[in-house]
Amino acid sequence: MVNPASASSPSARAPLLQAISISKRYGSFLANDSIDLDLYTGEIHALLGENGAGKSTLVKTMYGLIQPSAGQLRFLGEKLELTGPSDARAKGIAMVFQHFSLFDNLTVAENVALGLDGTESFAAMSARLAQMSRDYGLPLDPNREVWRLSVGERQRIEIVRALMQNPKLLILDEPTAVLTPQEADQLFTVLFRLKEEGRALLYISHKLDEVKRLCDTATILRDGKKISTCDPRQETASSLARMMVGAEIGEVKATSARATTVPRLLINDLSLEPDDPHGVYLKGISVEVKGGEILGIAGVAGNGQDELFSALSGERIAPHEDNVIIDGHAAGHLSVTDRRKLGAAFVPEGRLGHGTAPRMKLSENALLTGHAASDMVHHGFVDKPKTLETVDRTTKTFDVRKAKRDPEAASLSGGNLQKFIVGREILREPGVLIVSQPTWGVDAGAAAVIRQALLDLSGRGSAVLVISQDLDELAEIADRIAVMFHGHLSEPIAAADATREKLGLLMGGASAAQAEAGSQKEAVHAIGA
Amino acid sequence: MQLVLEKRAERSTKIAILSPLLAIALTLVTMSILFAILGKNPVAALIVYFVEPLTDSFTLMEIAVKATPLVMIAIGLSLCYLANVWNIGAEGQFIMGAVCGSFLAVVTNGTDAGPWVLPAMLLMGAAGGALWALIPALCKVKFGANEILTSLMLVYVADLIMDYLVRGPWRDPKGMNFPTTASFDPVATVPTLFETGRIHWGALVALIVVALATVMLGRTIKGFEIRVVGAAPRAARFAGFNSKRLVLFTFAVSGALAGLAGIIEVAGPVGVLQPGISPGYGFTAIIVAFLGRLNPVGILIAGLFLALTFIGGEGAQISMKIPLDLTKVFQGILLFYVLACDSLILYRIRLIASQKKAAQGSIHGTA
Repeated sequence: MVNPASASSPSARAPLLQAISISKRYGSFLANDSIDLDLYTGEIHALLGENGAGKSTLVKTMYGLIQPSAGQLRFLGEKLELTGPSDARAKGIAMVFQHFSLFDNLTVAENVALGLDGTESFAAMSARLAQMSRDYGLPLDPNREVWRLSVGERQRIEIVRALMQNPKLLILDEPTAVLTPQEADQLFTVLFRLKEEGRALLYISHKLDEVKRLCDTATILRDGKKISTCDPRQETASSLARMMVGAEIGEVKATSARATTVPRLLINDLSLEPDDPHGVYLKGISVEVKGGEILGIAGVAGNGQDELFSALSGERIAPHEDNVIIDGHAAGHLSVTDRRKLGAAFVPEGRLGHGTAPRMKLSENALLTGHAASDMVHHGFVDKPKTLETVDRTTKTFDVRKAKRDPEAASLSGGNLQKFIVGREILREPGVLIVSQPTWGVDAGAAAVIRQALLDLSGRGSAVLVISQDLDELAEIADRIAVMFHGHLSEPIAAADATREKLGLLMGGASAAQAEAGSQKEAVHAIGA
Repeated sequence: MQLVLEKRAERSTKIAILSPLLAIALTLVTMSILFAILGKNPVAALIVYFVEPLTDSFTLMEIAVKATPLVMIAIGLSLCYLANVWNIGAEGQFIMGAVCGSFLAVVTNGTDAGPWVLPAMLLMGAAGGALWALIPALCKVKFGANEILTSLMLVYVADLIMDYLVRGPWRDPKGMNFPTTASFDPVATVPTLFETGRIHWGALVALIVVALATVMLGRTIKGFEIRVVGAAPRAARFAGFNSKRLVLFTFAVSGALAGLAGIIEVAGPVGVLQPGISPGYGFTAIIVAFLGRLNPVGILIAGLFLALTFIGGEGAQISMKIPLDLTKVFQGILLFYVLACDSLILYRIRLIASQKKAAQGSIHGTA
């Protein structure tokens, strides 16, 4: 294994935590294959890899959540056996998870107290929490209920909770996935300070520009194996990407000069109460999508994107029938099935359990959305050969890899299942396609196929609305981008003018005018390589 | 040493078929222990229970008679359970079907009403069961009331309504004050299939119900809807299926089938409406539905098997003085084991010697 960094790493010092030949096997699947990793104090170490490369498995092993099948951990040179996270915490290992484990109905302080061992009084702990969050520039009100907080604030709780244990090693699992660019900048300031304090940080990400900017060392995993440990500042983004993916990723291309035509999807002053108490109120959303156009909707998760998707798909009915107009037909009061009959198609964010029934076969999942507007059903009877034919066509057109002709949906990998779901809808040639997080958690190859398919569909004259948290994705495929914040949708701006800074300010709740002014001032802070 | 439940990648179809057989085997072992504790020879008792009824044409026909209502009710229940809707009150729907159908038999009793009476009774029985089942269904849809509780509680209401009718307004004037209606006229009776024995046309109705349910679940969009709503509710909503309407539909169909079974039972083998027309068919059918894998053909087989336990239990009471209640114990243990064995469809059991050894073994053993 090539290890260019080994010579330049601070070899004079002993590593704080060493992973030696860690393997983890699930059935016949090897999630980690003899991985070595050395973490030093005063260093930010990146763990890079695609979804499914084995990053989470490795860090969960280090945090005691998973017992390795083989190999061992060494802490300051001594053998370390972790039977659970409390063992890890006792050694000074703390972790901030990608998916927060917070109780919405409890206050910040109560949530933090639940994660500590409880030797100090609640009042003392609250005071220390307030003090610490101020010191680190992560302001938090200990007495606020979690459900009132933004996603960025919730993450602060997780970070402060970890810091209150005064950790020697802090593991962060994709911390910027839910942050605006500006919030990410604030986080980086904190991380640099933690490094200065002599802590070791392990930073999991697949965002190469962040890693290049932040990290001293990077270890790249692919298919459960360690590919390399290197100095990310000496690498280019594309050399890192090659190591991550193992191949060059083709760029997606729009068909030349797409002619935009009449609006095919109109949303008129759509306001909708959430159906669960912690949901987001949609407030006066208006936007149009023309045929031949891709409109991107950016925004931090939890700002009303899910509610907007349900209102557009018909899973929730809009208050007025002309709130949603599909190809000239007032559709606000129509069911999902009737909207599909108007030529609309939908791809939800959740692949398993929403877009598909996980334990049903692909042919049955083709029927799931195909029964409404195709010839799969005659007089109430299902035409099984037709459903299988849809599976075969989708498989062929979108290169869906699977073990047999008609497996259960849950047995496909995330990328292949997503290709199936997107393909299933696109093969019906919808006039309007609404898709949420089209490439979330999907490998780079599948993501490119899906983005290209969306571009091609709009090239054939369909209106495509893409809800995504991934700004790079929107920059790649969208013609115009609007931002959702607290249930409001901003005016769309042309993708060419949509800098990360401008979008970031909109994602943080600035008005379009403020964003325009702010982005000029903040341009110097631009993220990126 | 450590026992570990490990999730399987795909559901195991082999275990899905083996699970009920394994459950039956475990139940027989447990029953043998119970027989031994009661001081009976377990082998002899099991022979009386499960072999003797199969050696005689009369008891064979009795098995079919008992299986008829079990299968019809269980088919309806399986539609509910597949859709994740929990109708526990089939016993009450069975009784209300019997009551509603019997109304015609009672008012036409002794008149020269024509052959329209029986078909009309069957329709009224099905309608009565369906309406009774729609009460918990509407409560669930409108107010979010838990259908397990409401459907179960309505069993006792139905039971008391029937009790009132046969002791009060519908009591046979010439019945020596016994709580029973007059015997139904021939036009109000389900004919038997053969000259001897009690097996009747209802058995054929049950077979038709099995065939229709097989077609509906396997081939129609409605059957697909039922399965999707049960297996993945969010995906079902995304597919455009209305889960509330489906609650009403599955309750109505299962209620209608239970009601039809009820009126066929009183107009067939029993011949009068009286308390005790059901030895708990509505509850035993829950076991039949699960033992039959919620699959129509499986339910047919499971229905025959549980009917065998009723007949065998009677035989054991007569020849070995084993209490009849042991049949209910048997049925309860069987359901327990079926549900326990079903976890093996999605999980596998592993015996791990010690953590480190197992880890080594799994790396070197299967790599």
